[in-house]
Amino acid sequence: MEQPNLSYIYSMSGGDKAFEQKLIVIIKDEFPEEKNVYFQNISAKNYKLAADNVHKLKHKISILGLEKSYEIAGAFENNLLEGHTKLQKEFESILTTITNYLQHL
Amino acid sequence: MNCIIIDDEATARAIIRQLCSNIDSLNVLEEFPNALQAIKYLNQNEIDLIFLDIHMPDFTGFDFIETVKNPPKIILTTSDANFAIQAFEYDCIVDYLVKPITPERFQKAIQKAKTTSGKTATYNPLSEKIETASGNDLYVNIDRRLIKIDIPSIYLVEAKGDYIQVKTEAKNYTVHSTLKKIEEKLPDDLFLKIHRSYIINVHEIIDIEDNSVLIKKNVIPVSRSNKPELMKRLNLL
Repeated sequence: MEQPNLSYIYSMSGGDKAFEQKLIVIIKDEFPEEKNVYFQNISAKNYKLAADNVHKLKHKISILGLEKSYEIAGAFENNLLEGHTKLQKEFESILTTITNYLQHL
Repeated sequence: MNCIIIDDEATARAIIRQLCSNIDSLNVLEEFPNALQAIKYLNQNEIDLIFLDIHMPDFTGFDFIETVKNPPKIILTTSDANFAIQAFEYDCIVDYLVKPITPERFQKAIQKAKTTSGKTATYNPLSEKIETASGNDLYVNIDRRLIKIDIPSIYLVEAKGDYIQVKTEAKNYTVHSTLKKIEEKLPDDLFLKIHRSYIINVHEIIDIEDNSVLIKKNVIPVSRSNKPELMKRLNLL
């Protein structure tokens, strides 16, 4: 499975270490909140709201350089909008990968 | 240019602010996690440019544009390229950035904002532009998104109550519409209504037996009144 990386953040910062650190702090802060809301909605079978959460999480997936995962998240978002949960397992595995990665930053 | 950033995601706001900081002519005055707060601010402040996220809960970027009187120039930001066609229905929108935004793409957008004359938002009905966007594409509205479907890839359309299900090789789409409406949009040479609940792509027929046709793995009934037209369309030996 592909692994997260900070290439995008480095390309954005132009060497501005303070910005890199600030953005990592924001992501570490925001990601768990978005993930929790997603799990609440998926557990309650609120698929449309869960799709909104996936949409939001997609940005962080792309920021962390996870290109294939981004595609999976997009397909899963569409599945939720159509009222089914195909790719849920794959998507949640991406969330786990990111969670583990952020813990070590 | 005095700017504001509207995005419910703090990460996105931080990135846009950083991108703006690299361009001398941009001055970020404020950022907002929701569009409603920004409307109040706009009533009291002169702004040249707004970076506006589309996908926000409760009040979307498009809701915002339609609410604000004489909006300034707007650069839309989104994680979803499917909104692009809707974006260009508004004259105030100068560009459309798909996240994650790169510095190069951002600079191009700012260049466009500088060279485009300021116009107020005028909303035009979507339908005409959708039809002319491309002869092979059909845009369907699903949960406030316009999703592009390649028309020849559609093999079956099925009516299901207030919805229709559009089936393609890659994916099925459930759309709030009627069979009659989609029938008008599909080319006659490819598609045929064979039952009050079904339109088929005639090129996808595998076989015909009595009053049913096989399309992929779907056995579709053919109504008595539609059968003569179906038979006419076949290259019978």
